[in-house]
Amino acid sequence: MSKTISEIHEIRAKKQKDLLIRTDPSAVPTKEGGRMHILVCGGTGCTSSNSLKIMEELEILIRTSGMQDDIKIVKTGCFGLCAKGPIVMLYPDHIMYTLVQPEDVNEIFDSHVKNGIPVKRLLAGEQKDGEITNALDSLDFFSRQMRIALRNCGAINPEDIDEYIARDGYLALEKVLTEMEPEDVIDEIKASGLRGRGGGGFPTGVKWNFAAAQQEHEKYVCCNADEGDPGAFMDRSVLEGDPHSVIEAMIIAGYAIGASQGYIYVRAEYPIAVERLDIAIRQAREYGLLGEDILGKGFNFNLELRLGAGAFVCGEETALMTSVEGKRGEPRPRPPFPAVKGLFGKPTILNNVETYANIPVIILGGAQWFSSIGTEKSKGTKVFAIGGKINNTGLVEIPMGTTLREIIFDIGGGIPNGKKFKAAQTGGPSGGCIPASELDTPIDYDSLIALGSMMGSGGLIVMDEDTCMVDLAKFFLEFTVDESCGKCPPCRIGVKRMLEIVTRITEGEGCPEDLELLEILARNIKAGALCGLGQTAPNPVLSTMKYFKDEYLAHVIDKKCPAGVCRSMLKFLIAQDTCKRCGICKKNCPANAISGDKNTPFSIDQDKCIKCGVCMEKCPFKSILKNA
Amino acid sequence: MNKVCVTIDGISLYVPENYTILQAAKEVNINIPTLCFLKDINEIGCCRMCLVEVKGAKSLQAACVYPVSDGMEVLTHTPKVMEARKVNLELILSNHNSRCQTCSRSWMDCELQALANKLSVETVRFEGEKKLLPLDIGPSIVRDPNKCILCRRCVSVCKNVQTVGVIDLVNRGFNTRVAPPFDMSLSDTPCVNCGQCINVCPVNALHEKSDIDRVWEAIYDPGKHVIAQTAPAVRAALGEAFEMPVGTLVTGKMVTALKMLGFDKVFDTDTGADLTIMEEGTELIDRIRSGGKLPLITSCSPGWIKFCEHNYPDMLDNLSTCKSPHQMFGAILKTYYAKKNNIDPADIVVVSVMPCTAKKYEAARPELKTEGMPDVDIVLTTRELSKMIYDIGIEFPELGDSDFDSPFGNASGAGVIFGSTGGVMEAALRTVSDLLTDRSADNIEYEEVRGLEDIKVAAIQIGDLKLRAAVAHGLGNARKLMEAIRAGEQFHFVEIMACPGGCVNGGGQPLQRSDFRNWTDYRVLRTKGLYREDRSSYIRKSHNNPSVKKIYKEFLGAAGGSKAHELLHTHYIPRDNYK
Repeated sequence: MSKTISEIHEIRAKKQKDLLIRTDPSAVPTKEGGRMHILVCGGTGCTSSNSLKIMEELEILIRTSGMQDDIKIVKTGCFGLCAKGPIVMLYPDHIMYTLVQPEDVNEIFDSHVKNGIPVKRLLAGEQKDGEITNALDSLDFFSRQMRIALRNCGAINPEDIDEYIARDGYLALEKVLTEMEPEDVIDEIKASGLRGRGGGGFPTGVKWNFAAAQQEHEKYVCCNADEGDPGAFMDRSVLEGDPHSVIEAMIIAGYAIGASQGYIYVRAEYPIAVERLDIAIRQAREYGLLGEDILGKGFNFNLELRLGAGAFVCGEETALMTSVEGKRGEPRPRPPFPAVKGLFGKPTILNNVETYANIPVIILGGAQWFSSIGTEKSKGTKVFAIGGKINNTGLVEIPMGTTLREIIFDIGGGIPNGKKFKAAQTGGPSGGCIPASELDTPIDYDSLIALGSMMGSGGLIVMDEDTCMVDLAKFFLEFTVDESCGKCPPCRIGVKRMLEIVTRITEGEGCPEDLELLEILARNIKAGALCGLGQTAPNPVLSTMKYFKDEYLAHVIDKKCPAGVCRSMLKFLIAQDTCKRCGICKKNCPANAISGDKNTPFSIDQDKCIKCGVCMEKCPFKSILKNA
Repeated sequence: MNKVCVTIDGISLYVPENYTILQAAKEVNINIPTLCFLKDINEIGCCRMCLVEVKGAKSLQAACVYPVSDGMEVLTHTPKVMEARKVNLELILSNHNSRCQTCSRSWMDCELQALANKLSVETVRFEGEKKLLPLDIGPSIVRDPNKCILCRRCVSVCKNVQTVGVIDLVNRGFNTRVAPPFDMSLSDTPCVNCGQCINVCPVNALHEKSDIDRVWEAIYDPGKHVIAQTAPAVRAALGEAFEMPVGTLVTGKMVTALKMLGFDKVFDTDTGADLTIMEEGTELIDRIRSGGKLPLITSCSPGWIKFCEHNYPDMLDNLSTCKSPHQMFGAILKTYYAKKNNIDPADIVVVSVMPCTAKKYEAARPELKTEGMPDVDIVLTTRELSKMIYDIGIEFPELGDSDFDSPFGNASGAGVIFGSTGGVMEAALRTVSDLLTDRSADNIEYEEVRGLEDIKVAAIQIGDLKLRAAVAHGLGNARKLMEAIRAGEQFHFVEIMACPGGCVNGGGQPLQRSDFRNWTDYRVLRTKGLYREDRSSYIRKSHNNPSVKKIYKEFLGAAGGSKAHELLHTHYIPRDNYK
């Protein structure tokens, strides 16, 4: 049933009371809300490490003990601390359990749920002293973040529209429809300084304004949820944890530019996000928040999902729209820009999931508040998916201008195993790497470009001393070669040729002229490729060549891989002075490459050696050396 | 149209606001190199050869699709531009089968070769993996994916212009290829063999299946009586292969060359065209008078026929049962001519020189045989004929004129204009008008059915009859017209030619490089040649052709009679779209 504004208000007021125990430890529980909420992460990461099983077992225990009215189990979106999943959060105690296994459920239930005694061994981070404090405040990982786009992720049940409404959901839409003209909305977004979070960083308000200015009856609002950078999952988490924020923002965008139809283009590889979006769209329709005459204000807006088949290039705006139209997902030259001629040839705005997630908050909090966060030219926060050689793999949201050092060492918990930080890669295959010398650069759109990288959608991969930068460049080139659509020669053939050259360098077959060829190719692909994917494909090579030229030279001149990664240049040798001739290496070698016995020195036949490193691993005397 | 001011390489000028940079540059006599761009057919900016610097734009831009705007500044030959174009071309060449010495496109203006010359590409610095894929050899068309540079012109012309759409891109990135669905052979698809893909291919990734060797074999077989017949559109384009201006009419030189090649007889397919008009005109009058199936739709264009069989199998009854002119003429040669000259028809080899690739497929149709013998044995395209002439070193432009051989001699002007869109309609109207009114009309130029408009509709008063006629050229237009007819639009007579512009732009005609055809509509020039020959013809109506009259009198009996039906008519087969 369609709801009126006052009915939505009633829902909000009631649900807020039910949820109060999650924010206020001294709150009086309501009958319907129950006295305890057990939030279990139902994001992709935790789900894949069995969090649904944890939920299921908790439910059985609670039901069999007849506590189901008192204790509510809530499946949430991602908390962000993916390295420590599955995560279970108990309210009103504010206790976070990490690395929970289904076997732990009985103990949590008996000790904590029934008797109020937290299970110490499962407590997150610094809480291990047993003190019961608010996990989200006491852990550096959480306390140093500023969660705007992720405000509801891990905090609400994304499959319950009422929980979203309780957290001021759809209040921005109400404000827009009742108090604001379309141009007011655009002015507000412009004044907020919000820039596109998908990678390009184009000012969102300006983009909306272009589309609003088009005198066309038919316009479209699109959401780019085709997140494809390796290791990036910001958008997935927002969609899984807070789908309504995107839906609300898209309705607002539709009102601002004069569109009545929207499409969310989401990759089919995100089944949980797709399912929750589907549920959320259905719920919003039921409440009359999508459809005809929204909130009785005479504005119509509909939303549909379109599933992408997994092509990275479909994250490029023109390719995305071509794909929505049902054609082969390929970019086309611009101009005309989508705001003038986009989906089905009509004015279209396309924004990224995270960009949309910021919109309702900006409308409610005001442009002035939003623009007080961040740096001069980059306002607000940015969500990063941090991965690679870092302790707290996961999702973090920080104000623009935070340094890389804070993200990696303070929030991210530093590098595992005492290894040294070498570089961080941002912007995925379109970005570049940032060396240790730049760790203190405040991160925003422009500083990253100046460093030869880019913000991108927010993937941040940390590398330690064991990473070969040539090999890293090869990895990204392999990705772009795989993902090139094939439309223009610079990308289709040029990036392929770059990969061939980098591959021969990593195989010890490179020559100094190859570095020159790489530079020529990189320069001209950047200048000549048709779309952003092609134009930025050389960046990983350019930036590693910029900061780690010596590694390239070591490969092509000395035929050595300093990090000891490139196998063909690797030699395992036995240090005769420390070798005890125990024969363990010989026994373990899968290629029968080691010979020797008590009387003859052990040696490795380099022709037979497959460079697997097992001998080195097994040698009790550290007598096997990697000669890089 | 509003005009905007743009500056190109320092030269400021006003151009219409819908111009691209490429067009604006042409106005100041700068021909920016292009490769994928084909006006009205393929405007997608994918090949990156026409890159220019646009002030304010981050990367280089494709001039072919970049719209001008007021105050725009463009630089077309900065070092950055020149290097990007050159590297781009080197990359294309690095994945192209560059064995130019053994490439049949080499002598015919290969656009890739021309660009390599133009950009002074002397070496390819970025060699690497090259694809090695099997060829697809069909009855008319050969696809060589190893030559393909993925400019997509063929895909666009097939899909958008012809609405046949049997080739498209498959796979991605370096593995991208142009291919029929499921990697079928073109022969197993609804490909109609029109050859428009060949006409637009800048390299040799598409070409006709060559039958040159078979022709030489026949010529040097002493037991064979080898006859060449040439379609009207051939004479309007053959000279282009020898660098003669587009539209030069080379009828006499062509006949001389064919004789020099060693053909025993050289006849004009226009005689067949005149026979077609006699039969088709009679059929039209019969259908109008007897309340038969209307509209009657022409059947001269074998690409159109196959298109109709695949796409409009329910409307095959609308097609004229007439064989196409060269097939009719082939049947006459193997019966009437053979008997008259006391030659065993089994020893006659009829070689049709056609502007058309679909005719190769047509000639092999089992239903186009007379007494077990194909009406036409071999079909050569205009390009193949030019290659034969070139191969043996005939200096074609220097040749004198010869006449077509007797007994058929020169045909009517009506037969000549068969080579252009509207020509069959006009030829038929000249005859039908005379036959229906029983008098010889003086006004025989039907301007309303001439020209390159997509679909031409005319109502022509013939005696009491207001004859409603429609003409479509190009299969996309044919589809539109057929849908209109299916939806109830009424016509008496409809002419359809598969190729845009008609046979002058057939898939077998000499190739014109895009840097010419983007600025000049060569179809207009070739067509003019045909109408010139018509106007200078002594006989301009098919029914006045004396040799046609003689064939009916001595051999066939009445037009549309049983003998004519046996030899000159055929039937059609509904076809599935994919086997």
